[in-house]
Amino acid sequence: MKILKTYPDRCIGCLVCEAVCSETYFQKPDAAKSAIRILEDDTGAADYRILVCQQLGDCIAVCPAMAIRRLKSGVVTINKKKCVGCYACVGFCPIQAMFTHPDEIVPFKCIACGKCAEQCPTEALEIVEVE
Amino acid sequence: MNRAELKVLAEFDYELGQVEKGYTGRTLYVNVSDNTIESRPVTPEMKEIFVGGKGFGLWRLWHGVTSDTKWNDPENEIVISSGPLGGTTTYPGSGKSLVVSISPTTHSVMDSNVGGHFGPLLKFAGWDAIELQGKAQNDVIVYVDGMQGKVFIYEAPEGTADTHELAERMVELFADSEAEKVGISSVTAGSGAEHALIGCLNFSLYDERRQGIRVKQAGRGGIGTVFRDKKIKALVVKYLGVKGNSNHPADKSRIDRVGIKMHKEIHDNDPVQCRMRHRGTSYLVQIMSDYDLLPTHNFKYGGHPEARRINGDVWEARFRQGLPDGCWYGCTLSCSHTVEGYTVRTGPYKGRVVRVDGPEYETIAGVGSNCGIFDPETILEINFYCDTYGLDTISFGTLTAFVMECYEAGILDQEKTGGLDLRFGNGDAAIELLHQIARGEGFGRIAGQGIRRMKQIFVEEYGADPQFLQDIGMEAKGLEYSEYVSKESLAQQGGYGLANKGPQHDEAWLIFMDMVNNQLPTFADKAEALHYFPMWRTWFGLCGLCKLPWNDIIPEDNALTEEPAKVPEHVQNYVEYFVGVTGRQDVKRGEDLVRMSEAVYNFQRVFNLRLGFGTRQHDAIPYRSMGPVTAEEYESRAERYDQQLRELVGFDPTGKSTAEKLAALREYRQAQYERLMDAVYERRGWTANGVPTLETLRRLRIDFPEVVAVVQQHL
Ligand code: SF4
Ligand code: SF4
Repeated sequence: MKILKTYPDRCIGCLVCEAVCSETYFQKPDAAKSAIRILEDDTGAADYRILVCQQLGDCIAVCPAMAIRRLKSGVVTINKKKCVGCYACVGFCPIQAMFTHPDEIVPFKCIACGKCAEQCPTEALEIVEVE
Repeated sequence: MNRAELKVLAEFDYELGQVEKGYTGRTLYVNVSDNTIESRPVTPEMKEIFVGGKGFGLWRLWHGVTSDTKWNDPENEIVISSGPLGGTTTYPGSGKSLVVSISPTTHSVMDSNVGGHFGPLLKFAGWDAIELQGKAQNDVIVYVDGMQGKVFIYEAPEGTADTHELAERMVELFADSEAEKVGISSVTAGSGAEHALIGCLNFSLYDERRQGIRVKQAGRGGIGTVFRDKKIKALVVKYLGVKGNSNHPADKSRIDRVGIKMHKEIHDNDPVQCRMRHRGTSYLVQIMSDYDLLPTHNFKYGGHPEARRINGDVWEARFRQGLPDGCWYGCTLSCSHTVEGYTVRTGPYKGRVVRVDGPEYETIAGVGSNCGIFDPETILEINFYCDTYGLDTISFGTLTAFVMECYEAGILDQEKTGGLDLRFGNGDAAIELLHQIARGEGFGRIAGQGIRRMKQIFVEEYGADPQFLQDIGMEAKGLEYSEYVSKESLAQQGGYGLANKGPQHDEAWLIFMDMVNNQLPTFADKAEALHYFPMWRTWFGLCGLCKLPWNDIIPEDNALTEEPAKVPEHVQNYVEYFVGVTGRQDVKRGEDLVRMSEAVYNFQRVFNLRLGFGTRQHDAIPYRSMGPVTAEEYESRAERYDQQLRELVGFDPTGKSTAEKLAALREYRQAQYERLMDAVYERRGWTANGVPTLETLRRLRIDFPEVVAVVQQHL
């Protein structure tokens, strides 16, 4: 299946990915609306930590509205029409990669489109196929 | 049959409108006697003082009935209301409906808190509450179409009233497509509610994954019996399009913040705390048995070695795992599990393969251990039939345990039971009794009246000793006890005895605080707890909430807080949540929430007074709930009781007979209960006779002339 693979040691914290992601899906660059987040790494392993959905799919079973499913490509997506906005998927994501924003009643997540990877100046992001 | 073929008895059009800050601003009135349907405004005063849910229900009921109204008079009402927070999807436990009516077993006000989708969908369909009054000639269906803005009263089609068939049928009848099924919820009772006084209501939800309905029960106090007495076969609502902001909250981000925090807390802590997501409330069985609190053999004992055969591990293995088993969207505590593919082995549905909703703790303890039944299959059979017949599993369990003790004590025999060998542990006899209750036949016709009436019949017709029956009949105010042994916790005796509707634990559950952790050593402490907790728990019922996400999941550091029993962090969540929905400026702390409940709680107390109850004498409880009634009970825990006689009573048990020791313990415990009542009444601002004072009414702003008039008769 398709996922966005991250290489945090290459990340320079330029935040281009956040801008591209929010621009693509919410028509304006706004880090709070990005499905990928660059955070400071407090473990000391690298300067930054890249938080983005790895298509684990734990959210599928917790959704009470059957609004989340895995596409053939392996990507996990939310059907906005079916979503009842409970945010169970947000609280139950084991890596906290499902996001919300006050303007939106449906949560959002990375769908591995790869737009950010194309723009990343250090190739810290890459779309790959995994088992 | 399809919907077009139904005969329309009445039709009513309304503007769909909009929910604002948790309220639609109107309630729906339906009279099935004369087929009147009307919209009634919700006043600012109602919102401020009665909040919603049970508060709205009581307020409407108060105006619908008189002091003489009996449960089966046409003017009795059934009012169903969720509450301002009801229908929120973001915070766990937010889809409850509150039902009120005058009860056939207590003859006073009854309330019941139930899951399922009805209450929230009703609100989104445009109504804060529905008020059902009158009595139809023939069976009717009341249908609220929240997509078209129409209400119909239909003549009900032929066919069974039993829920597992009828509720599925309502989905087929009112959903115009597969996709519409999730938008349908019904309220139904069953054939048993037509013949017994312990009828319950089933609230449905359509489960897309299971492709069928699940049902939750408004069990207590016979409201299902009232429903069928009104000849209402089903109440149905349709609404599609539930969203995260359907309540149009004042400030959604405040709700989101605490809601997501709760989901995460449940995700992290539930696996190591109660495991509700895997086993629901069945986790309680083993704990209760270990602490001598699991009712066994009609509350004689508090546990049994066989309890492990019906404990949480057993049910975890039976429940279908891995589904979001909330009773409303977004309840990640998800305790509403089912056993799938159960093959019915007796009665009219013998051989059918069905879904059993539950069993929950109360059912397992009531129809299981309390009746000496430790067989999961029997518990499932009874669970299924109680639900589909529309009978309350708690009342059925407690009354069957009573009957079994009467049988073993020789008050009943096979001649009187029509051949039923109702010994403790005889599951087949219990199942047969259930079928007879549902049909209103044989001994079941008597048993289905509930314990209070049985006591009278056994005394009058079988010459039983009234004192003994009074001692062992586990009812108060006419309602059967729910399933906890309160003997060693005086505070819980009060929690049961002083509860407005009768002995149900939803007002107060203080056993661990009182008995296990000894946090309530003085009468003042107990009175404070019996003030705070009933008020606090009442608040859930005003808002359309479930109590379980308050304290069946707790923050990791809860034990380090000043008052862990209150779960302070969660109380603060609820403040945020309430203000986030309603935007009310006068709410800042937990105490502000408690004050709302206090008004409604006292109003309900006065409502009891108005109907001829609600004074000190009505808060009396059977001695079985206070201490050992029989010699075998005493001797089973002789060491404990002997020690108490010595240390607390100042009575030396050496060389005394069991009868003497029983008498001494009894005198002491009964006096303690009287002192407890004194202390609690005082704390609540009531007279020594249990009547709210005028000052209390004024302070709570419920000093309406008609309320004051009722109270004045008792001052
Ligand atoms: S927020 Fe939407 S997608 Fe997420 S679990 Fe709830 S209904 Fe499903
Ligand atoms: S905790 Fe259980 S009963 Fe309460 S709302 Fe959630 S699923 Fe329903």
